[in-house]
Amino acid sequence: MATTGMLNSKSALSRRSFLRVSATAAGGLIVSLYFDFPLLAQAPQAKTYPPDAFVHIQREGKIVIQVNRLEFGQGVQTALPVLLADEMDADWSQVIAELAPAADVYKDPVFGIQMVGGSGSIAHSFQQYRELGAKTRAMLVAAAAQQWKVPAAQCRTEASVVHGPGGRSAKYGDLADAAAHVPVPENVALKNASEFKLIGKDTRRLDSRVKCDGSLKFGLDLDLPGMKVALVAHPPIFGGTPKSIDDKEARSIPNVMDVFEIPTISQGTAIVVVADKFWTAKQARDRLAIDWGFSRIEPADTAQLRAKYKELARTPGSVAVSRGDLSVLEGISAANRIEAEYEFPYLAHAPMEPLNTTVRFDGDHAEVWAGSQFQTIDQMAIAQTLGLKPEQVTFHTEMAGGGFGRRATPDSHVQREAAAIAKHCRGIPVKLIWTREDDVQGGYYRPMHAHRIEVGIGADGMPAAWRHVIVGQSIGAGTPFASFLIKNGVDETAVEGVADNPYEIPNFSVSAHHPTVNVPVLWWRSVGHTHTAFVMETLVDELATRAATDPVAYRQKLLKPEAKKIRGVIDLMDEKSAPWRNHLAEGHAAGVACHEAFGTSVACAVDVSIENKRPKIHRATVAVDCGTAVNPLTVESQFQAGLSFGVSQLMAKGAITFKNGHPEQNNFDGYTPPYIVDAPVDVDVHIVPSTETPSGCGEPPVPVISPAVVNALFRLTGKRYRTLPLLSL
Amino acid sequence: MQTYKLMVNGQAREVSVDPGTPLLWVLREELKMTGTKYGCGISACGACTVHLAGVATRSCVVPVSLIGDRPIVTIEAIGQDRVGRVVQDAWVAEDVVQCGYCQSGQIMSAVALLKIRRNPSDADIEESMGGNICRCGTYVRIRKAIKAASQQLA
Repeated sequence: MATTGMLNSKSALSRRSFLRVSATAAGGLIVSLYFDFPLLAQAPQAKTYPPDAFVHIQREGKIVIQVNRLEFGQGVQTALPVLLADEMDADWSQVIAELAPAADVYKDPVFGIQMVGGSGSIAHSFQQYRELGAKTRAMLVAAAAQQWKVPAAQCRTEASVVHGPGGRSAKYGDLADAAAHVPVPENVALKNASEFKLIGKDTRRLDSRVKCDGSLKFGLDLDLPGMKVALVAHPPIFGGTPKSIDDKEARSIPNVMDVFEIPTISQGTAIVVVADKFWTAKQARDRLAIDWGFSRIEPADTAQLRAKYKELARTPGSVAVSRGDLSVLEGISAANRIEAEYEFPYLAHAPMEPLNTTVRFDGDHAEVWAGSQFQTIDQMAIAQTLGLKPEQVTFHTEMAGGGFGRRATPDSHVQREAAAIAKHCRGIPVKLIWTREDDVQGGYYRPMHAHRIEVGIGADGMPAAWRHVIVGQSIGAGTPFASFLIKNGVDETAVEGVADNPYEIPNFSVSAHHPTVNVPVLWWRSVGHTHTAFVMETLVDELATRAATDPVAYRQKLLKPEAKKIRGVIDLMDEKSAPWRNHLAEGHAAGVACHEAFGTSVACAVDVSIENKRPKIHRATVAVDCGTAVNPLTVESQFQAGLSFGVSQLMAKGAITFKNGHPEQNNFDGYTPPYIVDAPVDVDVHIVPSTETPSGCGEPPVPVISPAVVNALFRLTGKRYRTLPLLSL
Repeated sequence: MQTYKLMVNGQAREVSVDPGTPLLWVLREELKMTGTKYGCGISACGACTVHLAGVATRSCVVPVSLIGDRPIVTIEAIGQDRVGRVVQDAWVAEDVVQCGYCQSGQIMSAVALLKIRRNPSDADIEESMGGNICRCGTYVRIRKAIKAASQQLA
């Protein structure tokens, strides 16, 4: 579920071809098997990652599978091995998963770089990991057949054992050495869905126990001999530079090793403090007296931006979609028109594990430890900063405590910072840590947005014309992704979810403005769908109310005939939620929403009341169509938790705002993610049975919850909520 | 720098640190016990929760100089306690974790709750777990796991 991401599957084809250009060096899928040879078995216990290996069968039967992308909660560390192990007929209890380092063979087969994003992990590696498993199995069978001098076709496999004629059998571990000498088959048959033993069944996560007893090491937990810790005083306004620095007091603290300047990606300057430990470095940083200069910088200011965006939304922008005849709108009487303005704030990702990266630079080589969604890009950025080639940078993928897009920065600003520090501290491993304050104030937010929509309602109560203007910074502008994210001046990530909505609206236009603001922006779990689904699903709800039609029935009527996938989930949600929606407690109301993102269709119903002037979400029923559900347990988990993540948008303190260029929030007291009391009490998830190719489940849970909740609130308060965050009710 | 004697997970430990150093950083950097996590540093997220004399405590805001002889229990040893072990097992059985970074703190808060209330209501859970952020949002399963553990302990 690629818990995070960015790239809309709708246009995957064009993006795919772009990415392939830069990916040809990858040479496509390489299947490699590394088995324990006697010599290697005697080698030191050092943890090495053969660069082109996916499967390593140990003699005692353990099967180590390399996962070609970051695990940060989404469950790929379990789901990808499930795919491989199923085709391999491996004994699941013997499977161990490891996160692969940066290497060509681990690049996403579709995107062409090693990454997690666009909810593409399972979708893109479904075939890849199954083929790897099937080829491994074929090689083990061939080895057994050779030993027994029988045709391979007379052998079958089950639970890491090859069975041959005459009751002969051999364990995979015992066949490993011989299988390593068998040529890799070019083509292998894959199982039919009916033959799956693991795919489609609930499989518990492989990383649960170590995450429950404190033994799992995240990037922030890394400890290397001689390691130092660096904290950075970033300019309080993006692009700022110190006019003067007094570091005397900071340097006087025992065990502070150095204080020095590095350039920031926003063309400013930051001050680095390196010390023996975090707490020392923090004390020293707090004692730096810096007089910052902000010449030639236009400070961001939320109040001014709101006014500016509102004004811009009244004018047409670059056209994303235009069909039919929008002049129809002018012919519809004011009584049958809705003019709606929406506002969305900047949002910080705020993953629980603060950002960090450790780098050791030895002059002609560097070693990096980072929880990265963009290994290929980060490795290149570090190499560039250090004057190395990417292959001179060994990049270890560390387990990450969440990310939601924050660890997928096209400019690799954290890694560049860590590399610049390592360059200064040559030979010493230095762990760069961003404090929570650095994170909340450090930019790379979901962009602030304004939407303005004019809808003309036809005599049948359905929308006859719809003019939609979206204002917000472009995420893709100025990044290597610009040429395929931005078309005709429109950044797809700003209009996705509106431009391609599934409703039958004959006269329809969407346009966008992308103002430039001195605030770095980034994809935030489900990207444009965070705001576009909110607008579409609250407006459609409003139309249903005007038409005095049940909101589920109205949506079913409004859907395009070809929107079968989303119709299916609306029907399923309707069926599963009807029992409670028709028997709501006093003071409760139901709200619904549906949306398709990253190829996955979702419909959601919520049971809401108002407690302490906040929405209390007693229950949510979700229906999902994600094609083949590789691990239904993970799908359920992603949807249950993803809804809670989506509630972030509704939190009273769920906004980053600016005053005179400064972010006004600096920690969880000012920018508050949902706590248990804010999250749905219970969520039941219903998966549409399917044998289609899987689509993602990391981002699709997020968009539906906030519109569903405010649609329910309307039924309690009579008010429509078009400005987020949701202040006191 | 000052020397402090601490009782951590039943073992006597000695550290020489600045008196203002929060217990969190003493655990993580002096004692190399990284199961206790840094999330915010202002006791707003609960990732750093440990038991101080049996009370769930945010170790990021407790200076080492104020601990005295109160025993400290961390996630690394909570499994040696019956309630702790049952809670950890329930977490695994219910497949609660996602990124897992907050779960040390969630488990420490849940164990503290179940030690005083073997059969907690939803309101009890919301109160006791109310200061622990899970950014992935695993709250539904956290609730289920606490209820499952509660049944195990009954």
